[in-house]
Amino acid sequence: MDKPYDNRAWLLVLPVLAIVAFSAVIPLMTVVNYSVQDTFGNNQFFWNGTGWFRELLDPSTDLGGRVFDSLWRNLAFSAIILAIEVPLGIAVALAMPRHGWKVAATLVLMAMPLLVPWNVVGTIWQVFARADIGLLGYAINRLGIDYNYVADPLDAWITIIVMDVWHWTSLVALLCYAGLKSIPDAYYQAARIDGASRWAVFRYIQLPKMRRVLIIAVLLRFMDSFMIYTEPFVVTGGGPGNSTTFLSIELVKLALGQFDLGKAAAMSIVYNLIVLAVCWVFYTVMTNLDVERRRLPADR
Amino acid sequence: MTAESMPATAPLPATGAMRKARVAFRFQGAGVTLGLYLIFLMLPIYWLFIMSLKTNAEINAGMTLWPREITFDNYRTIFTDSSWYSGYINSLTYVVMNTAISILLALPAAYAFSRHRFLGDKHLFFWLLSNRMAPPAIFALPFFNLYSAIGLFDTPLAVALAHCLFNVPLAVWILEGFMSGVPREIDETAYLDGYSFPHFFVKIFTPIIANGIGVTAFFCFMFSWVELLLARTLTTVNAKPIAATMTRTVSAAGMDWGLLAAAGVLTLIPGALVIWFVRNYIAKGFALGRV
Repeated sequence: MDKPYDNRAWLLVLPVLAIVAFSAVIPLMTVVNYSVQDTFGNNQFFWNGTGWFRELLDPSTDLGGRVFDSLWRNLAFSAIILAIEVPLGIAVALAMPRHGWKVAATLVLMAMPLLVPWNVVGTIWQVFARADIGLLGYAINRLGIDYNYVADPLDAWITIIVMDVWHWTSLVALLCYAGLKSIPDAYYQAARIDGASRWAVFRYIQLPKMRRVLIIAVLLRFMDSFMIYTEPFVVTGGGPGNSTTFLSIELVKLALGQFDLGKAAAMSIVYNLIVLAVCWVFYTVMTNLDVERRRLPADR
Repeated sequence: MTAESMPATAPLPATGAMRKARVAFRFQGAGVTLGLYLIFLMLPIYWLFIMSLKTNAEINAGMTLWPREITFDNYRTIFTDSSWYSGYINSLTYVVMNTAISILLALPAAYAFSRHRFLGDKHLFFWLLSNRMAPPAIFALPFFNLYSAIGLFDTPLAVALAHCLFNVPLAVWILEGFMSGVPREIDETAYLDGYSFPHFFVKIFTPIIANGIGVTAFFCFMFSWVELLLARTLTTVNAKPIAATMTRTVSAAGMDWGLLAAAGVLTLIPGALVIWFVRNYIAKGFALGRV
């Protein structure tokens, strides 16, 4: 590392620090404050210690049960969409044209779903998957398969997963495409001279070059699916029953629906700690990759 | 970090070996895969679009792949009813405000991260990044209290500031990636030539990373435009975003599907426009300037 050490750089960071502290630290302090108190209305608060946390982390209570259910549901959802979107995104990236006007056209079409407001994503799929007026729902039912995402939990899950694949696979694909484009043509020529198979080219040239962007892709997709709220809320409202109630939906229900400030605040803190922990793991991996890469400049 | 990741349209000499190399980039059946994927992406949008051109009678009457008679009534309603079109104005107002604030604040910070080491820099960077990942649901209620307390509730500024929570860290992250691709010799030469830091930053450095700033603006625009939970929580009447206005289509007479679809189609347009402007940098931008 040859960056000069200079603490005056803090001056340049101060504005960002100020606004993020305003947007993040003050609200989190409010949350911490609520999480240790109970209220009987009238803005009168009583010290409740770790009561909410103990209730929250005990699956046998009503609150704990709901939180853990939504946590497992959310983890399952994140795992499924990662398992679909990452391979599919890689495949799409490999299939993308590399030169000419087709590149711009493909990029623009692919990025479209990413720029749709999240509730409109919900609306699009709500309309598209309805059995009476939606093309998809209608077509599936005409095939003789009974499909109704409003009533059947499995259908609701499938709808939400397909929606998420529709919404976010392009992000993975665009990231991988950026990684692929950074591979010099000489690599492919060398592989051809060596008589490498298509699979070997993928395994030993393309995949290693995509490693870094894939980590970013997995990080972003995991985090965003872990905080998903608007899209499933519009499509299913968390139902049928509670079958698609993910963590954020549960939290908003507690905080803004029932105004259970203490419980919601305690859940927010636990939720945020999980996110921080996962984020830290990824950050460490990325930083280590950076260091490794600087040590091996020839590989670039 | 930069040399290989030039814009997609950078011309390359087409020698025979290279044309073969291009083949190696793709695989058998690539065209079919890509075609199917693009159809999968476009079908739901197509459905929304033709629905917006249908009357409600036709929508409820059954399946038609193309409207029997095309009507623009749904769009006319949106453009003439101020409670509808003001939603678009509100949304665009806070999105533009947020993009401007995010970039202005993030530029110096990204420079600091890319050019210097300082006390706690790694931890600070991680903390910023973690805010990009924090679930907005956590902040809904505290933001409601905070912005009510300081009298900004139901203004576009409140939403613009709230969205800084995830857009400022993102902007720092992307800009830092682009700035680190600029050789440090440029800075040193400028200082030797007697430029002061502000002068150098505005006159020389900013034009060099103009692409990066464009990409960053695109992402700030995007994430502020698509977010609804915070935007809806922080507004009631005066600054209501279009996405929240859309819930009005549920009435006693049932869903007004045509109007809902038309409003949805109109929310796609700003996104499509900004994609078009940054199409050559989009891939690198999604990699956050780090390929």
